[in-house]
Amino acid sequence: MKVTFPHMGHMWICLAAMLEYLGVEVVVPPPTSKRTLTLGARHAPEFACLPLKLNLGNFMEASELGADTILMAGGCGPCRFGYYAQVEYAILEDLGYKYRLVVMEPPQRHVGELLSKIKYITGHSSWWEVVRGIRFGYQKARMVDELERRAHYLRPREIHRGSTDKAFKRALREIIAVKHPRDLPQAGERVRRIMAGVAIRPRPVLRVGIVGEIFTLLEPFANYDLERRLGYLGVQADRSIYLSEWINDHLFLGLVRGLRSRKEACRAAPPYLNHFVGGHGQETVGSTVMYARQGYDGVIQLLPFTCMPEIVAHSVLPGLSTGLGIPTLTITVDEQSGEAGLMTRLEAFIDLLARKKGVV
Amino acid sequence: MTLKVGIPRALLYYYYLPLWRTFFEALGLEVVISRPTTKTILEAGLQNSGDDVCLPVRLAFGHVLDLKDRVDVLFLPRLVSIARREYICPKFLGFPDMVRHGISGLPPLIDPNFNLYRKDSPYPFFVALGRNFTGNRLAIYLAYRRAMHAQARYVQLLEKGLFPEQALAVLYRGVAEGQEPGGGGPAVAVIGHPYNIYDPYISMNLLSRLARSGVRVRSADNLPETLVREQAARLPKHLFWSLGQRMIGAAWHYLQSPDVDGIIHVASFACGPDSLTGELISREVRRRGKPFLNLTLDEHSAEAGVVTRLEAFLDMMERRQFLPAGESV
Ligand code: SF4
Ligand code: SF4
Repeated sequence: MKVTFPHMGHMWICLAAMLEYLGVEVVVPPPTSKRTLTLGARHAPEFACLPLKLNLGNFMEASELGADTILMAGGCGPCRFGYYAQVEYAILEDLGYKYRLVVMEPPQRHVGELLSKIKYITGHSSWWEVVRGIRFGYQKARMVDELERRAHYLRPREIHRGSTDKAFKRALREIIAVKHPRDLPQAGERVRRIMAGVAIRPRPVLRVGIVGEIFTLLEPFANYDLERRLGYLGVQADRSIYLSEWINDHLFLGLVRGLRSRKEACRAAPPYLNHFVGGHGQETVGSTVMYARQGYDGVIQLLPFTCMPEIVAHSVLPGLSTGLGIPTLTITVDEQSGEAGLMTRLEAFIDLLARKKGVV
Repeated sequence: MTLKVGIPRALLYYYYLPLWRTFFEALGLEVVISRPTTKTILEAGLQNSGDDVCLPVRLAFGHVLDLKDRVDVLFLPRLVSIARREYICPKFLGFPDMVRHGISGLPPLIDPNFNLYRKDSPYPFFVALGRNFTGNRLAIYLAYRRAMHAQARYVQLLEKGLFPEQALAVLYRGVAEGQEPGGGGPAVAVIGHPYNIYDPYISMNLLSRLARSGVRVRSADNLPETLVREQAARLPKHLFWSLGQRMIGAAWHYLQSPDVDGIIHVASFACGPDSLTGELISREVRRRGKPFLNLTLDEHSAEAGVVTRLEAFLDMMERRQFLPAGESV
């Protein structure tokens, strides 16, 4: 059995760590690229949201590398993600791919169901081993998140353009290379040292929060590397959801304490959005409110074309933006959106924020 | 003076009008329904909603605007769930908020949550709703009973083959039920969201156009709920969209049914749920090989284009010797 899964930013690092620790053979799909998108978009329904198209492309490319089993997350609506796996599978089947599909439905009652699915994949690992494997993957997610936060801080302040990214890549390789939980602390040390080597100078920076649909937030291919671009424009970005927070909220039911959780964001959404709307729509609105309260200079919302929860959120953002005095920019992505247009809008937005703050 | 409650002729108006209307009228309120869709109504909706929003919701904005200055309160229930473990669409979940933040100068909105995700009885919803107008629990209960009764009668009429406006005419204007148009014409099942296929302006008179060319038209709502659900249960996983359940269940039923000769699937441009349910339907159609037409509607759809495609579709059915020669659309 060779297990693959769709890409979502750096998620593959923790999934591969977990599965390989448990002795599962893993085929990580090639990094999401234009080719992935072309393949996926050719066979996916026209109005399917971008993540579905990219998932599909990932599976097709992973199959070229010998993958035969798909591991997917599930869901119970109301947004489309909960039915992704079934539709993707139907498409692959009609195309003649021979895949086995394992869907991890969100644990309705407790994490036990999640564990038993993982146990099924891993064959005969003991419960204890499974728990250790999950923790291992989760710890890697935490480390990657830490690293990203650090990069967000450094990029707008670096003295040599690109030095943060270079360090980031090296540090990421350190995290990826760890094969056993006991080696994580030393790797963490090395990561900190690498990042400490980036030379910076103090300067006024803009702070911008990024909110929106989770996949587009986490996948640089889908968001045109937004965080890096912002960094180069002199902006310290923050993202409303990091990978480990998503894992904690969705797979561990918030068992890990002390992390930002979606509940907090949802509580901040009324009176702009008084009800959950699926996906991260209510979080998008709530996080925007929270960024405004924390004095951020602006908020960028990311969403795939046709994404229902984010379209609802987008509809109430103008009122929120005026009400709380925080400028917002909404970026919709699909297979047709062009990079040039995006950069123009982004620069204009950042310009506006800079002028407002007086740091031109 | 009786209080005027406004109900937009949009979204699930086509499913639930008898339920709402009978309830309000039994409580002594006057119900005002927005006027049938016109270009003016649609354009007002387009102007007041974001252009990433789907046509049906933008149209619903137009109907809200049509009512805005004519009613004392607006009834926009938040339709969270109309069946166990199912939703309708994220946009229904957010609709009252979208309206509230999108249109200024609105009369008070009455937007209680209608949520059957974990329960079976809508009674608590009606209690909460009724409390806005009266403290009399008994009156609310009686109005609720009448409303449920009217709704059941409405569903019966639909299952007999009537379409919503016809069934509403029977219920509220005393029009006779009428005979089902018989005849030996071909039968076509029109599968789509009620707010697309039953709004003549939006669907460009699809249903009457078909009827005029001698086609017997069926829709998902002419089938009993149980039958539709049985079909949809063949899916690999419970589908959590109620409208999708209905469309898939009906499409699969009509695909197998020997006296339905073709299927027309109607979807809104960029509709989220439909991108997946429509995909599942068209994959099944390809396996079964019945004549199939996929119509996507948006604010720019041109009537001429739709008519041409419809003609081509009927021609194809005719070539399969279903349609008496010489009929035009
Ligand atoms: S949140 Fe949006 S993009 Fe993601 S699956 Fe749902 S509809 Fe698609
Ligand atoms: S189901 Fe489709 S058409 Fe209906 S509100 Fe949702 S996105 Fe719009």
